[in-house]
Amino acid sequence: MFKKILIANRGEIACRVIKTARRMGIKTVAVYSDADRDAVHVEMADEAVHIGPAIAAESYLVIDKIVDACLKTGAEAVHPGYGFLSERSAFPKALAEKGIVFIGPNPGAIDAMGDKIESKKFANAANVSTVPGYLGVIEDAEHAVRIAGEIGYPVMIKASAGGGGKGMRIAWSDAEAREGYSLSKAEAAASFGDDRVFVEKFIVDPRHIEIQVLGDKHGNVIYLGERECSIQRRNQKVIEEAPSPLLDEATRRAMGEQACALARAVGYDSAGTVEFVAGQDKSFFFLEMNTRLQVEHPVTELITGIDLVEQMIRVAYGEKLAIRQADVKLDGWAVESRIYAEDPFRNFLPSIGRLVRYRPPEEGFDGEITVRNDTGVVEGSEISMYYDPMIAKLVTHAPTRLEAIEAQSAALDAFIIDGIQHNIPFLTSLHASERWREGRLSTGFIKEEYPDGFLTSEVDAEAKPLLAAAALAMEVVRQSRLDALPGRLRPSTATLARDWVVKLDKDYIPVTVDEGFADIPLELDVVIGDAAEPVTISSRWVPGDLLWSGEIGGSALTVQVRPIPNGSELRYRGISVKAQVMSPRIAKLDQLMPEKAPPDTSRFLLCPMPGLIVSIDVVEGQQVKAGEMLAIVEAMKMQNVLRAERDLTVKTIKGKPGDSMAVDAVIMEFA
Amino acid sequence: MKEILAELERRRSEAWAGGGEKRFAAQHARGKLTARERIQVLLDEHSFEEIDIYVEHRCTDFGMADQKVPGDGVVTGSGTINGRTVYLFAKDFTVFGGSLSETHAAKIVKLQDMALRNRAPIIGLFDAGGARIQEGVAALGGYGEVFQRNVLASGVIPQISVIMGPCAGGDVYSPAMTDFIFMVRDTSYMFVTGPDVVKTVTNEIVTSEELGGASIHTTKSSVADGSFENDVEALLQVRRLVDFLPAHNKAELPEIQTWDDQDRVELSLDTLIPDNPNKPYDMKELILKVVDEGDFFEIQANHAKNILCGLARMEGRTVGIVANQPMVLAGVLDIDASKKAARFVRFCDCFNIPVVTFVDVPGFLPGTAQEYGGLIKHGAKLLFAYAEATVPKITVITRKAYGGAYDVMSSKHLRGDFNYAWPTAEIAVMGAKGAVEILYRSELGDAAKIAERTAEYQRRFANPFVAAERGYIDDVIKPRATRSRINRALRLCRNKQQENPWKKHDNIPL
Repeated sequence: MFKKILIANRGEIACRVIKTARRMGIKTVAVYSDADRDAVHVEMADEAVHIGPAIAAESYLVIDKIVDACLKTGAEAVHPGYGFLSERSAFPKALAEKGIVFIGPNPGAIDAMGDKIESKKFANAANVSTVPGYLGVIEDAEHAVRIAGEIGYPVMIKASAGGGGKGMRIAWSDAEAREGYSLSKAEAAASFGDDRVFVEKFIVDPRHIEIQVLGDKHGNVIYLGERECSIQRRNQKVIEEAPSPLLDEATRRAMGEQACALARAVGYDSAGTVEFVAGQDKSFFFLEMNTRLQVEHPVTELITGIDLVEQMIRVAYGEKLAIRQADVKLDGWAVESRIYAEDPFRNFLPSIGRLVRYRPPEEGFDGEITVRNDTGVVEGSEISMYYDPMIAKLVTHAPTRLEAIEAQSAALDAFIIDGIQHNIPFLTSLHASERWREGRLSTGFIKEEYPDGFLTSEVDAEAKPLLAAAALAMEVVRQSRLDALPGRLRPSTATLARDWVVKLDKDYIPVTVDEGFADIPLELDVVIGDAAEPVTISSRWVPGDLLWSGEIGGSALTVQVRPIPNGSELRYRGISVKAQVMSPRIAKLDQLMPEKAPPDTSRFLLCPMPGLIVSIDVVEGQQVKAGEMLAIVEAMKMQNVLRAERDLTVKTIKGKPGDSMAVDAVIMEFA
Repeated sequence: MKEILAELERRRSEAWAGGGEKRFAAQHARGKLTARERIQVLLDEHSFEEIDIYVEHRCTDFGMADQKVPGDGVVTGSGTINGRTVYLFAKDFTVFGGSLSETHAAKIVKLQDMALRNRAPIIGLFDAGGARIQEGVAALGGYGEVFQRNVLASGVIPQISVIMGPCAGGDVYSPAMTDFIFMVRDTSYMFVTGPDVVKTVTNEIVTSEELGGASIHTTKSSVADGSFENDVEALLQVRRLVDFLPAHNKAELPEIQTWDDQDRVELSLDTLIPDNPNKPYDMKELILKVVDEGDFFEIQANHAKNILCGLARMEGRTVGIVANQPMVLAGVLDIDASKKAARFVRFCDCFNIPVVTFVDVPGFLPGTAQEYGGLIKHGAKLLFAYAEATVPKITVITRKAYGGAYDVMSSKHLRGDFNYAWPTAEIAVMGAKGAVEILYRSELGDAAKIAERTAEYQRRFANPFVAAERGYIDDVIKPRATRSRINRALRLCRNKQQENPWKKHDNIPL
């Protein structure tokens, strides 16, 4: 086996690979850019080599620098992770020249499958069913419109070299095809250094299902079941699961066999993924093959018990696959949520900064439930604008789908991230959705379920008593220690007040403490609101904890707690609510307090995230219709179009292209 | 006997009726609570002990003889906040607009005397129209009596003022001499002369809010130490503040039970200081990760944001925190920051609250605006405040401690008890670039030479060890261990005894 390997990547995937290598007794070498000096993967590896400035194009994407790092450290092989150089055939070729092994497929397979247009030709030849489309390169916007007309709308415009949703746009009209063409092209150029795009038919209400394949250098290819990744936002996967709730055994086998046939046709000799678009009728069409380890590979690992990175390393070394198709058994259900540094309340715009708090839920296996968190950050890490905004992948595994989802929800509730905005509120809301729980999925799921974007979920009838109970339990602990302050006029009677009011946002909920005393652990019997029966609350929460965990009426509950004046902000399953606990007499007076309107910011176009102004698309005095483009701001390699939310007239423009803007900086003012 | 008791009941309810239902409703319509409602929120239930409920004014001019309301526009008494005694007076806007008469003042004066004699904090809730004009000079005399007692009580018992409505003219000077002023946003304002007079005298047209609202006094003028959303929030926050404070200048610090590990390690502090020395970071993160439970009662949060001041707890005991904030103006000391921190340090020293100082200061702010504004004397206030303070003083230098500002920020030379530095600290006369430009002026044309000189200066002085070698720094500590080291230092200083030479009082450069 290899003695030492280099990981040509960063973040969670670099850490993930290092973990397996270490378990196999292989020494590891990390590479890092200026922005990653203190990164976790650098810390974890046995050695680390600096490879240049923060910009990926001058560090992680420079083949020579990686090759040099291998030679300098004596690494015998390189694992590319995903993204960066993982699907560039020039990379394994350059490594091979120096006698270094590439832990991934042979360059021929990458070339055959890496280009989306080429791969379709291969798929057709291997009798894999494919989606109608134009396989040539699109020359200009008008060409895109013409092709789209031939195929019929809707169409999808995609970067040939793309992946991960970058450089991808759906168009339903000629105008959108034109705009989509130029945006895709610009993003493709920025992200992949290759601005070729192509057009294909967009399948309505589709599901995204992919087959994990594994091949070796001896001609063996097997498939490890499927993953469903239909929950996507702007073609970026958000939640993945394995197996898929759509497939039956026969469809699974048919898809697996087609995937293997394609892999064999290109001499595939590593871990790879064959992506299909599936109709609700279980029809399926080949989409593309990813010749690398997929981001969402952990769900497959958890249902098969196979370490894909280990297999990649073994087959790269030349070992024969030790697993036969018949050995592959799918056990239980695994669900993964991608935790992104993005603000769900501001249309998911990227959020950068320091992870002031980062406390993932506890990982492990408790006999039924497995919790796994693949991450490349620790508390204090910097989420920079240079790389992918994914912070972590939280994976849970359980015997059934619903149990896995429930475990996922509980783990997300306990996931603490402060300092940047993140999508956990959105994820918890998704996992609570009935439609998701029932497995009625499609790639349009998020657009359909959240047509107006994501707004804080309302406190529903189910959550209300739970949050009220948690808020009360905390207040009782806080109050009881104040009762023990020295210098009291007379000793505290130490009796717990009976009547309380919990205020959740504007809702006043009377709570009566039936029995109990404030101690750690706390145990109280309380009647909440107009409930007929008391429930028992128990918890070990102490002031300062950012999580309230306990039991209410016998079921476990975890709520995020952040201080606000005279209370806490509670976050739970996509709900964010201000909770204050008062005596009934103060609650009565509190109701007299005036409601204040928040300041009006609709007269301004504010920069929704820290970023760079790419273009200002209006002039002062211009009248603009709702929905028209006002400006483009680039952050984290994504171009974000800022549109008019209503009909308006531009009064003054404060920003200009090239300006670097802070969040909420004024770009223009409206009349 | 029955009739006598009934008469008592009648007179009590007459007093409680204050300005009557109609005026109560008007008060509510303005988003304000009545004086007695405010007291209910501020004090523990059933703890209020009212005095002088039957006091009435003695004025007979301008038809006042017919207008008498028991209590005379101010409710006074004592009660408890979480069991600890406080004295308080609440101006009653529903009675004569809360205006101050001779007897109204006498009630406050009596209460001030009681609070001082009995050594307990005094809290004033302001919502009033100033002097009662009908009484003329008698009202002015009343003010004077109140002011005198504010001064005598200063530094002996905590005095807190909450502005919950109008506060104008003579009324403003009593709060001005107390330790803290808080305001309620949108419903309170404070000024010496109101918009009408301003217009007559200077032709300026301003609204009450623009002239003296919470937004002005918490940002521009720094008259107020904080503002709150509404009456209830403000009063509950005053309760929170009182929980931090000792009852008087010879009382023990309140100690609260905490479950927060005194040796809690915060690994992420090791990466708080960015690689780039010119990149800011949020000093508040350090404060919140070091103090108990992340609980920080910030004072003047919106004024002179380049310095952070506030109360927190370590091992359950109150400490004052002063910290340069690199996020704002690079944490520089300017006039406003110096004044803000100086007053806070003196407050802590008055009440034996140890001061923990986090330093990242590039120096004093240069420029004509600052020099013309008297930066020398204002900067000296902070220097003076630290130097005269005899409470335990613990200092942690996280990054820059340049020039005179190094001395000012609770340095060893100002009798700092424990002075720590992070390994990232740079204690020097100035930054390397500036120093080289002065030292090697003749070589300025030669970029390569200058770069080399800068690097040399950087190597020599951009670390805490030069200072540590001289004993100016007691120890260089790991950022992650900051909480545990400060806790240990505070423990070692718990019985600190230090006295300044006897003097009538010092002569701080005001």
